[in-house]
Amino acid sequence: MSRYRPAHLATALVCVFLGLASATSLAAGPVPDDWQAVREQARGQTVYWNAWAGDTRTNGYIAWVAEQMAETHGVEVVHVKLDDTSTAVSRVIAEKAADNLDDGSIDLIWLNGENFAAMREHDLLYGPFAETLPNFALTRPANNPEMVTDFTLPTEGFESPWGKAQITFYYDSDELRGDSQEVKSPPDSIEALLDWSRANPGRFSYPRIPDFTGSTFLKQALIALVDDRQPLYAPVEESDFAKVTAPLWDYLDALHPHLWRGGRQFPDSGPALRSLMGAGELSLAFTFYPSEPAAAVADFELPASTRSYVLDDGTLGNVHFVAIPFNSPHKAGALVLADFLLSPVAQAHKQDLAVWGDRTVLDVAHLDDATRRLFTVDANNAAMLAPEALSRTLPEPHPSWMTALQEAWQSRYVAR
Amino acid sequence: MWLRLTPFVIVAVLVGPILAGVAMVLLPAFGYLPTLGGETFSLAPWRELLAQPGLARSVGISLASGLLTTAVSLVVVLLFLAAAADTRLDHWLRRAVSPLLALPHAAAAFGLAFLIAPSGLLARLFSPWMTGWERPPDLLIVQDSWGLSLMAGLIIKELPFLLLMSLAALPQLDAPRRVALARSLGYRPTIAWLKGVAPALYPLIRLPIYAVIAFATSVVDVAMILGPTLPPTLAVSILEWFHDPDLGKRFLASAGAVLQLGVTLAALLIWWWLECLARRLGRRWVVNGQRRGGERWLRLTGRSFLITTTLTAGLGLGGLALYSVAGFWRFPEALPTTLTLGHWQSALPALSSPVTTSLIIAASATLLAMLLTLAALENEQRHGRRAGKNGAATAPNRRVTAMTLLYLPLIVPQIAFLFGLVVLLESLEIRARLALVIFAHLLFVLPYVFLSMAESYRRFDPRWTRLALTLGHSPNGAFWRVRLPMLLAPLLTAAAVGMAVSIGQYLPTQLLGAGRISTVTTEAVSLASGGNRRVTGVWALVQATLPLLGFIIAMGLPRLLWSNRRGMQGAQ
Amino acid sequence: MTTTSHTLALEEVRLALGGRTLVEIDTLIGPGEVLTVMGPSGAGKSTLLAMIAGFLDPAFEARGQVWLRGRDITALPAEARGVGLLFQDPLLFPHLSVAGNLRFGMSRHMKDKNARIEQALHDVGLAGFGPRDPTTLSGGQQARVALIRLLLSEPAAVLLDEPFSRLDRQLRHEMRQLVFDRLRHAGLPSLLVTHDHEDAEDAGGPLVTLA
Repeated sequence: MSRYRPAHLATALVCVFLGLASATSLAAGPVPDDWQAVREQARGQTVYWNAWAGDTRTNGYIAWVAEQMAETHGVEVVHVKLDDTSTAVSRVIAEKAADNLDDGSIDLIWLNGENFAAMREHDLLYGPFAETLPNFALTRPANNPEMVTDFTLPTEGFESPWGKAQITFYYDSDELRGDSQEVKSPPDSIEALLDWSRANPGRFSYPRIPDFTGSTFLKQALIALVDDRQPLYAPVEESDFAKVTAPLWDYLDALHPHLWRGGRQFPDSGPALRSLMGAGELSLAFTFYPSEPAAAVADFELPASTRSYVLDDGTLGNVHFVAIPFNSPHKAGALVLADFLLSPVAQAHKQDLAVWGDRTVLDVAHLDDATRRLFTVDANNAAMLAPEALSRTLPEPHPSWMTALQEAWQSRYVAR
Repeated sequence: MWLRLTPFVIVAVLVGPILAGVAMVLLPAFGYLPTLGGETFSLAPWRELLAQPGLARSVGISLASGLLTTAVSLVVVLLFLAAAADTRLDHWLRRAVSPLLALPHAAAAFGLAFLIAPSGLLARLFSPWMTGWERPPDLLIVQDSWGLSLMAGLIIKELPFLLLMSLAALPQLDAPRRVALARSLGYRPTIAWLKGVAPALYPLIRLPIYAVIAFATSVVDVAMILGPTLPPTLAVSILEWFHDPDLGKRFLASAGAVLQLGVTLAALLIWWWLECLARRLGRRWVVNGQRRGGERWLRLTGRSFLITTTLTAGLGLGGLALYSVAGFWRFPEALPTTLTLGHWQSALPALSSPVTTSLIIAASATLLAMLLTLAALENEQRHGRRAGKNGAATAPNRRVTAMTLLYLPLIVPQIAFLFGLVVLLESLEIRARLALVIFAHLLFVLPYVFLSMAESYRRFDPRWTRLALTLGHSPNGAFWRVRLPMLLAPLLTAAAVGMAVSIGQYLPTQLLGAGRISTVTTEAVSLASGGNRRVTGVWALVQATLPLLGFIIAMGLPRLLWSNRRGMQGAQ
Repeated sequence: MTTTSHTLALEEVRLALGGRTLVEIDTLIGPGEVLTVMGPSGAGKSTLLAMIAGFLDPAFEARGQVWLRGRDITALPAEARGVGLLFQDPLLFPHLSVAGNLRFGMSRHMKDKNARIEQALHDVGLAGFGPRDPTTLSGGQQARVALIRLLLSEPAAVLLDEPFSRLDRQLRHEMRQLVFDRLRHAGLPSLLVTHDHEDAEDAGGPLVTLA
């Protein structure tokens, strides 16, 4: 507390209280155009990478990335472990509120969807930068629009793709073997899920809204239940929300009494679903990370009889990204890190089930043969989804739908 | 001379940041936060807040959990003390309770959750042979909508705290003599204690009780693990709003934080009002002449409740330990099918850095808190205190006000000022992360250290110091050579409490450290968000072990040092 | 008033609380002399001791001077006055050994500390008790250690605050003999506060009774 200079304190306070913090200042700190120069500038920098840390495999992978970066690029990477990405968003806001425009504490954030939309809206991100990354071309964005679209919003180069997620259902094949020893098949559609829940009361649930995974379930159900999906890909204000979502509420009203705890309580998060599966409280669950069930089997969390699948009509999928806050003091280092994350070596290592199992964003089919071989998926793991299954990907609706659905859900089901 | 400044330093250290933090939350609560486009003052955040579904219930649960947990804990503590005798069980209970104080709230809550969940340890122990459950029953136990499991989790932690505070205050009341007197008038011992000692004890533990109320109304981590979810308690809702990717929710969250402050104050007011009521009713009860009614019942309640609490905490810890080495563990097997050290092995390489950081922060914050507390108490002894007849102390009002401010960090909910504090420190360009985290911890460590040290310090027989002075030692000499060594045991206990408080801090570490300071608690909480019970078990145990080691040292060191000094063995 | 060495003089001392006078005393205690002050509880006996020793609570109004060895000690801090105190309880520091307790009171510059401690212990029949834990001593033994601790600190005057009241009859008599004997022998002016007439008789000095 003793180091501040009084004059400075006064100015700072005036700025904060009068709101004189300058409105937008994107490019703080010069970043050279030429990639070679960026690499040189990055050397010796320490990059603070804020990333959700609820998973030991993800953390392990990030630790591996840090080692590689130190060895090959001379950049020190520090994993700032978050329990929730919005903590990092809060921090950037606080820094901007305090007029800290060039010495922020975050250099790279792992994010997508709502968090990205919010940071873009409030000019909290540096960019555009994605196109300047040499490895970005390997994603072939022209042919894979999801690499430059985040929940329908064009990324405009303000974030760079890192991995892919898709709703994947999983169940214990032993559990579903009924008394008569005949295998009951898991539901293959949203409609079938309701019948299945009626037949197996208390054995399925989804995370409590506004949890990310839970909200995704709402969108999944909405997409399956509406006749016309077009309005979902435009801002929610442009359609009659009540009318469009009416089938969803009818569906949930019917579903809830048959859910775990009779729908009076919901699990906290996607990982909580997995934990309840492991404890035997649920027989069917879903995740955003297709490799999660297989990884959980390896970690003794789920039984070896766990199997994964996607719904017949496909499930929601999206890409997760990394972005650089506007006031990062180590932008060159962050750029080199973002580029390394897109390199075939890093992407292949990430996809390895023994490491993390997160799917690559590279367009593998267009890589050269030797590189492509790095991405061969182990087909022997029964808990792992076959790669073909993930081709049935439904795109995410406009982010405004998520917010609207969350609010409607809460006013409908909280504190009845 | 500098000694006289300590009270002012303490007040500046504690009150300044909190008031500043609250101010920085009040502005956005009324719509003002230019960075997010709030250029003018408005009541919009409050309108949005009041429109939140289930707000009334959130507030209700926060209030109820604050008041009920405190009431239950207090009643149990009083009943236990009333019925306590010199039996081995009671001695064991008193001893078993202090390590419970060291148990971080989050670890205790996880332990309880793993114990009482439908797929938890208890259900497994009795299934299927007794219950017939082949699958976990679909029962709403953990996170029940009435907040009962939340209250149970809080009681596990608050009961030991109030008990220790009472035990510390009791010796100045000369309870055995009061009880003996009442017994000679025909009162049964338990009733004698309740009528003769309890009314005098209460004022001495009032501040700790207020701290418990404030904590229980605004707790975040325990409520996240055990509290209701539809809606969650107010404090958890606020955190969710602060964390909402929709940045507009920050206004709502700020208004919520102000409301939380109001709820906590309301709980304190209600308690104060109940206090008045109880005093009026109690006065009649004390003198109604009833001497033995219900004694056995009272006696049993206190003790059995305390035993249950201790055992629950112990079993919970056992559950954590079991999960930390569990392979796959299908319900209803009471023990894991396979055991593995894998979870520990994968955690070990990651342990050393957060453990070191935790220890550095805890040691620094505790050391600072001890220095400030000792200076304040010593100053009070030398200047601020009047010795009445027989050395009994009468407190001048000045001390009472200054020391009430000390409890501000315990009474103002963390969420209500930490976010504002971050903005403020940012604007001052103070970015010494580690120092800031230590400072933030000091805010919470200081009151607890003061709370656990003040009684023994004030109760310390002033004749010892006078004797040292008449033997030619200066006041400083008397302090170093008499007071400090004779008070070593309570000082070490206070230090252990301080370490435990620091190690358990989550929000201040996360917010002021910009997430870059990684302690066992931040690691434990961020890993817990992954929902892996085994990993959670490992980290909750690590989190629980560190403060426990502190307590073991605090208890063992005086015994070791004074092994040939019988007068230093017992409680001072 | 004349003040000579080894004399404790209370010069027009008046102690009051809230305007009410508690004690008024003007006296002179010679070397080896024991002045006994008696009076009911609340008469201000302890306040008088506190004033002389330097612990007076600021709530009391005090007037007059205390002279010791020809010095006005009224404004001096307690540790600089050279006034020794003997309490109701022996108050042996529990964290120090018997010898440690004795050494605690001795001046830093005193020579042959160990020899003097041994001699002092021997004189009161406690030879070899130096390394003992004070808590393991009997009440009478503790009282004797407290006395020699006082004497080894070489005070210029001694205040006795009902030092015998907690001892049983037999021991009380013995201790009185020992204490008064020692004080006389050391030539110290002493002031004894007590309830017990026998104390006053054994002390053999002048008696002041407070109302």
